[in-house]
Amino acid sequence: MSAILAIAKLDAAYGETKVLSQVDLSIEEGGITALLGANGAGKTTLLRAICNMMVKVRGEISFMGTRIDGRATESIARLGIGHVPDGRGTFSHLSVEENLRLGAYTRRDRKGVADDFERVYTYFPRLRERHLQQAGTLSGGEQQMLAIARALMMRPKLLLLDEPSFGLAPVIVQEIFRILGAINRDEKMSMLLVEQNANLALDLADHAYLIETGEIVMGGEAAVISGNPSVRRAYLGY
Amino acid sequence: MQAFLHQLLSGIATGGIYASLALALVMIHQATHHINFAQGELAMFATYIAWTLVQAGVPYWAAFVLTLVFAFALGVFLQNVVLRPVQNAPFFSVVIVFIGLLVIFNSLAGWIFTYTVKTFPSPFPIRAWYGSNYLSPHEVGMTAVTLVVLVLVFAFFRFTNLGLAMRGAAQNPAASRLVGISVGRMLALGAGLAGAIGAVAGIMAAPILYLEPNMMSGILLYGLAGAVLGGIDNPWGAALGGVMVGVLENLAGAYVVGTELKLSVALLVIIFVLLFKPSGLFGRSIVVRV
Amino acid sequence: MLGIMAALALAVALPFVVSGYRVFQFTMVLDYAIAVFGANILTGYNGQIALGNGAFYAIGAYTVAILMTHAGMPYWATIPIAAGTCFVAGFLFGLPALRLEGPYLALTTFALAVATPQLLKYHGIESWTGGVQGILFDKPDAPAGVPLNSDQFLYLFCLFVTVIMFVLGANLLRGRTGRAIIAIRDNPTAAAGMGIDTSLYKSLTFGVSALFTGVAGALGAIVTQFVSPDSFTLFLSISFIVGVVIGGVATVSGAFFGALFVEFVPNYADQISKAAPWAIYGALLIAFMYAMPTGVVGLLRLIVRRIDPQWAIRKDAGKQ
Repeated sequence: MSAILAIAKLDAAYGETKVLSQVDLSIEEGGITALLGANGAGKTTLLRAICNMMVKVRGEISFMGTRIDGRATESIARLGIGHVPDGRGTFSHLSVEENLRLGAYTRRDRKGVADDFERVYTYFPRLRERHLQQAGTLSGGEQQMLAIARALMMRPKLLLLDEPSFGLAPVIVQEIFRILGAINRDEKMSMLLVEQNANLALDLADHAYLIETGEIVMGGEAAVISGNPSVRRAYLGY
Repeated sequence: MQAFLHQLLSGIATGGIYASLALALVMIHQATHHINFAQGELAMFATYIAWTLVQAGVPYWAAFVLTLVFAFALGVFLQNVVLRPVQNAPFFSVVIVFIGLLVIFNSLAGWIFTYTVKTFPSPFPIRAWYGSNYLSPHEVGMTAVTLVVLVLVFAFFRFTNLGLAMRGAAQNPAASRLVGISVGRMLALGAGLAGAIGAVAGIMAAPILYLEPNMMSGILLYGLAGAVLGGIDNPWGAALGGVMVGVLENLAGAYVVGTELKLSVALLVIIFVLLFKPSGLFGRSIVVRV
Repeated sequence: MLGIMAALALAVALPFVVSGYRVFQFTMVLDYAIAVFGANILTGYNGQIALGNGAFYAIGAYTVAILMTHAGMPYWATIPIAAGTCFVAGFLFGLPALRLEGPYLALTTFALAVATPQLLKYHGIESWTGGVQGILFDKPDAPAGVPLNSDQFLYLFCLFVTVIMFVLGANLLRGRTGRAIIAIRDNPTAAAGMGIDTSLYKSLTFGVSALFTGVAGALGAIVTQFVSPDSFTLFLSISFIVGVVIGGVATVSGAFFGALFVEFVPNYADQISKAAPWAIYGALLIAFMYAMPTGVVGLLRLIVRRIDPQWAIRKDAGKQ
């Protein structure tokens, strides 16, 4: 397997505040890589850095062999990186269907888009039920599903997921993670999953990185990481 | 009764002009959270362009279309060149920049076209079949034109992907970029559209108000009142608010305060709405769960 | 302090060294300085973006004109009344304005400025205001026995009022009240948390701003001996904002630079075209927002700091 995304010597800062330093990371094509770390470790910042969004970045980021660092956020998205952001990025005054249409905004293949509506509604039947509802009135879990579905409408080659479990009831979280697993299995879609809930993430992922105060401190196969005694103590709680 | 009907209908006719301007203002406000105080002056300036073209012998409707193209381009230009550099500046700076533009276009018009009041042609014949006891043919035509424009704009936002993307960019710029929408381009497009809609208002108003550099200041005020009345976050509410202000202004002018104090009606509308129903009559009040 | 004394000495000497018309122009500079200061208290220090101060200038001016012509009051006695009237008017307008954040306040005051001339023309009050014609009245002379011509006298009278207003204003801003006013601008929630009654202070600031602007309007009327609705358009309100921006937002001395600019630039630009002054105003408004948002005073501070980096520190130390 080869890397779909490769990051080398990446620094990132908000204004003068440096958040990431010398991050090296790569994501295997077709796999799910988890990025674990405590609150404030720099997980969200790393996702933002990949999309050149709100942060100042130095270093190299390559996506499918081309350098993308320094490109505009929207052109990175057009290359095939779907970002399910922190806070879900819901267009709350628009309907569910309009949110999904926006996900497919850059596509010109009408037939494919119509098929993809069917595809995401199959993954998330609840969204089909509520397709005319204003997105701001959905529950938190439904908004999270909508955010993932919206990113899927782009037919991305890589999906970046920023804490999809955040603030949701465990039963909903399980449902979402089950669907993410299914998408990865059925479509071989590569994913970078940022999570605080290490148990969940390590179950789903095949590779994992551990980030502490802006630096990658460990990386490798998910099974190996979850077997590491210090990881078990600090992140898995046993 | 006949007089009342006349005032009512004529209020709806002028209300269409206010509605157009209110719509332009609300479009900009939704995308940038700023009020474009220069919107009226841009419309006035575009109307001078139309006047120049008509004077040069260009057929009326050709001049109309060319002027809309000009106003669109002007809006795009100002957004990209003048407003983009201050988009992250403090609120005050942006207000000042808009005031600066107001002043510049007002004086530019005076400089280029002089302050002499000019007559402006109406495309509608003086004795057209659609004229009546209640409305002159120009008023009927003007109502039809503004209605067509409003419907077109509505359809554009409602049914096209580009219109949807513009709404998305206005609502959630960060999430829009993540799905590949260029927010800067959408803002420019919005400013251009607002400019063109304003130009329609200017061109339709000019035969009644006559053309001079301060022609639009009153209309801007009514447009603001309409936007506030209808709800500054709801384009269609704002357009409806514009029509309501037109009717209110005409009826108040005819029966209550007299024509002298019409502008104060707009001021009072603004103050009362903001005091008692700041979101306007049709303002959104949706519950957002987080 | 030394600088202020020197500037004051210069200001007193001025009417004796320049010609009559120039004296009139400098009188207007003082007048505008008070108005610009008034606008700055509200917009610069309190952060309420108000675009309609021309309305309060008009109220001040009309109060003087009406009291002098209808009640036969002496010019100097009308100024406190104009000040009081404007304070009340500003306070009352400030009450609803309280609920209006950012764009709404700018919008409402903008509407006020646009509607002002029409309100002044209203025929119901024509017997007082003179309608479209306005009111013309006599030029006050220097008191008997004072060896000054009336221009020089008016200038010195305005200078006297200006000094009083700036001393009052500067003290207000430096004290407890001023700290509250500024705290509300910087962080309204925190200000309320510290026990500041933000609504009261915002209305009061509106009143104080209107008071200053009204005094300026009163002086302006006395100096020109004429008021008419079309002198109080939106553009008058905008010229105060121009003064604030050019002089320096939230500065006291900036008002004088702003006023010099507002008085003299149109005079020179007029020679190009009637429209030129405003085109220049507009261009400079935008240019200042890009390049020098802190205005002339900000620029001067920057220069002083370049030459003498210790200056600001010494100045602060002197205040202790």
